[in-house]
Amino acid sequence: MIREYKYLILRRFTQIGIMFLYMSANIWGLTILQGNLSSSLFLEFIPLSDPYAALQMLAAGTLLSVDLLIGVFIIVVFYGLFGGRAFCSWVCPINIVSDSSNYIRRKFGFNKIQKKQPASRNLRYYILGLSFIISFALGVTAFEAVSPISMVHRGLVFGMGFGWSAILIIFLFDLFVLKNGWCGHICPLGGFYSLIARFSLIKVDHNVDNCTACMKCKEVCPENQVLFMVNKESKLVLSGECTACARCIEVCDDDALNFSIRNLKGERK
Amino acid sequence: MSKNIPKKDQKLSRREFFLTSTRSAGLLVLGGLVWSAYVDEASSSPLILRPPGAVEENDFLTKCIKCGLCVEACPFDTLLLAEPGSNKPIGTPYFIPREVPCYMCVDIPCVPICPTDALDESLVTQAGKLNINKADMGLAIIDEKACIAFWGIQCDACHRACPLIDEAITIEYKKNERTGKHSFLTPKVHPDVCTGCGLCERACITEKASIFVLPRELVTGYAGSHYIKGWDKNDEKRLINAKEIKTTTEISKRSPMDSLNDMGGLLDD
Repeated sequence: MIREYKYLILRRFTQIGIMFLYMSANIWGLTILQGNLSSSLFLEFIPLSDPYAALQMLAAGTLLSVDLLIGVFIIVVFYGLFGGRAFCSWVCPINIVSDSSNYIRRKFGFNKIQKKQPASRNLRYYILGLSFIISFALGVTAFEAVSPISMVHRGLVFGMGFGWSAILIIFLFDLFVLKNGWCGHICPLGGFYSLIARFSLIKVDHNVDNCTACMKCKEVCPENQVLFMVNKESKLVLSGECTACARCIEVCDDDALNFSIRNLKGERK
Repeated sequence: MSKNIPKKDQKLSRREFFLTSTRSAGLLVLGGLVWSAYVDEASSSPLILRPPGAVEENDFLTKCIKCGLCVEACPFDTLLLAEPGSNKPIGTPYFIPREVPCYMCVDIPCVPICPTDALDESLVTQAGKLNINKADMGLAIIDEKACIAFWGIQCDACHRACPLIDEAITIEYKKNERTGKHSFLTPKVHPDVCTGCGLCERACITEKASIFVLPRELVTGYAGSHYIKGWDKNDEKRLINAKEIKTTTEISKRSPMDSLNDMGGLLDD
């Protein structure tokens, strides 16, 4: 039972744990992790910064400070080399919201009454590009000004205001309008991490010999286009759009999916 | 998505290609304009008071990454992070002096912690040392109608509260003609010294503060560069490199006397 939800529990632990550390920094002055997901200070010393926000600042026409560049560098190296798009499923608090929408969709059969998805998953890359154009035109970080992700993690630490409505909007949108609507179609931050995640070393590996074609993995996967090889060929899930949430690994009863470290020299094709 | 042929292998006809591209471009423009309109509206808040060392407001909106580290660093809980629904650019730091003013810490903890230099140390540094008295958060303005000192009642609460007492706020003496035997002891703000900390606004004893801080930009005028103080040696130096600008209008083409005597068809009736 626990093993079946091992990664899910771990993910909720890191998501809630990180938010808890941010909150305790503001409430009790516990200085392990200060700030929020836009930019923070780890152990009062190591800066961590959102590289997408930094790019918007650059587009808006400002020079980036050294602290910011160091913070961006650490984050890009971490996710680019190891984590992949793990930010989305292991850190981002919105993940809990969209996972709940998805869960309700599956359990109550909303997926059955709405089969057609009226939007392309590439939309996020267009929105990503658009955010830079708007940042450039208005001299303001365009996505940061509207980001429901920031509203939520900032709100949890510094006061929610109407931020609750952002959670509700994403929940209802994902539930009734578009399956995986926010995280899988719109969110340009997810799009950004998808782009740098392509080259990370930790990937999900599919072993076709064990696969019994039950397709549970495709049903549970929030980005199921990345699992195109399932029941077809043994292959690493290389797409950067995989959030490394590991739900496919957990639901697989046949040990056909597992985390694997990419072998750069003799990569299985 | 067609069942048999993967989408990427389907060939679009030329007509479909143009229609799809036009539709996508149109939708992007639509989304971009709505997004820009919102961001432009949401990023304008001329009355907001920023922490010490904040760069000019437009730059500030570009540079601030909305991490809240300054808010956490503030030992007096002066600084707040704008919540959604507060009608301020969300996630940016500000303070409300009537509630909690800036207590002008000598080590200015909110400034050096800023990862993006939106709070710029150089703006509060003098002779290589942090100097909070160089801060320029706003300018205190007195409503002489509501201030009871201008009624002739003795009150110097703002003067006493001012951290730059007798420099930023001084007391002026004037005869009270109404009683004939008393003086008006009225406060006067010196704009060159005032830092906009708001301690005076906090201390003001009237029901709604009669001395209050506003962004300096909003309450200062500008005489224009063509006025030169002839009695000021430094100001006169601006004349050294001044160039003559000769303009010709319809009237100045002729001698002044001719222009003035010209009835120009006034008596034609």
